[in-house]
Amino acid sequence: MSPGVRALVVLAALAAVVVIGLAWRARNGRYTPVAAGVRARAAATPDEAPHDRLTADEIGVPLGTRRTFVQLSSAVCTPCRRTAAVLSALADDRHDVSHVELDVVDRLDLVRRFDVMRTPTVLVLDPRGVVVGRMSGVVDRAHALAALDASVR
Amino acid sequence: MNAPGTRGIDPRGPRFGAGVTALLLVVVLLLGPGTPGLAVLTVIAASFALGVARGVQGTWQGLLYRSLVAPRLAPTTEREDPRPPRFAQLVGLVVTGTGVLVAALGVSAAVPVAAALALVAAGLNAVFGLCLGCELYLLGLRLRTRGVTT
Repeated sequence: MSPGVRALVVLAALAAVVVIGLAWRARNGRYTPVAAGVRARAAATPDEAPHDRLTADEIGVPLGTRRTFVQLSSAVCTPCRRTAAVLSALADDRHDVSHVELDVVDRLDLVRRFDVMRTPTVLVLDPRGVVVGRMSGVVDRAHALAALDASVR
Repeated sequence: MNAPGTRGIDPRGPRFGAGVTALLLVVVLLLGPGTPGLAVLTVIAASFALGVARGVQGTWQGLLYRSLVAPRLAPTTEREDPRPPRFAQLVGLVVTGTGVLVAALGVSAAVPVAAALALVAAGLNAVFGLCLGCELYLLGLRLRTRGVTT
């Protein structure tokens, strides 16, 4: 390896840092709605064990009358701490919003059922428990409010 | 889900440490696949091993941060759980340690390959606060528990 090639390898690694980092930051906390067809099907099957719906029993807290944030976290996850603080503060401020934080180690069933790949992932539920959208990565208050607005429309 | 009784650490410490490690990894890459580069990479791997054993605040980079950098910065009330950065140290140890071992077996190209991978991870941590090991944790958990019904 000539010195020129070595310097190029360093530059390539630093370029990868910038590209990956910017993409990661833009994606964090962004609200992604569930496809309308999936939502409609989940809402139309109220009684049989529904795949795309969660019940208060399954998550261990009552559902919010507007939205419930189901946060899947792991112990090795600093953004999870910050996201939990933001969402629980929001749930405290608003009587119609509920928040629960679950550990992925305990809830691998939900991880697989909803194909969760990273922590934190926040599933957004409507008042019937239908999963209407999700966010992953660190969620700030603006993200959470945007999710509330977007998902009610 | 902070474990009760665990005192948080200053989150800027691990990022500073990752920056120092990134600089050393640049040195490794510039030295190329020879004995000097392997020596520096071994030092880096040993530092990661220290971080795995004692937590990131127990490394020499952590000591450097507390003694030289933190006194010059405004104090922060933000605290982070020490477990995530410790897990990241383990990821760093696996990447650089594999490089050192494979190079010791005679494949000298392992030094720049491992250093480049570790540089991307350390750079993302230092510049963006992204902990690659933490992002990959859930994927690892899913693979380990494949076929286990919960």
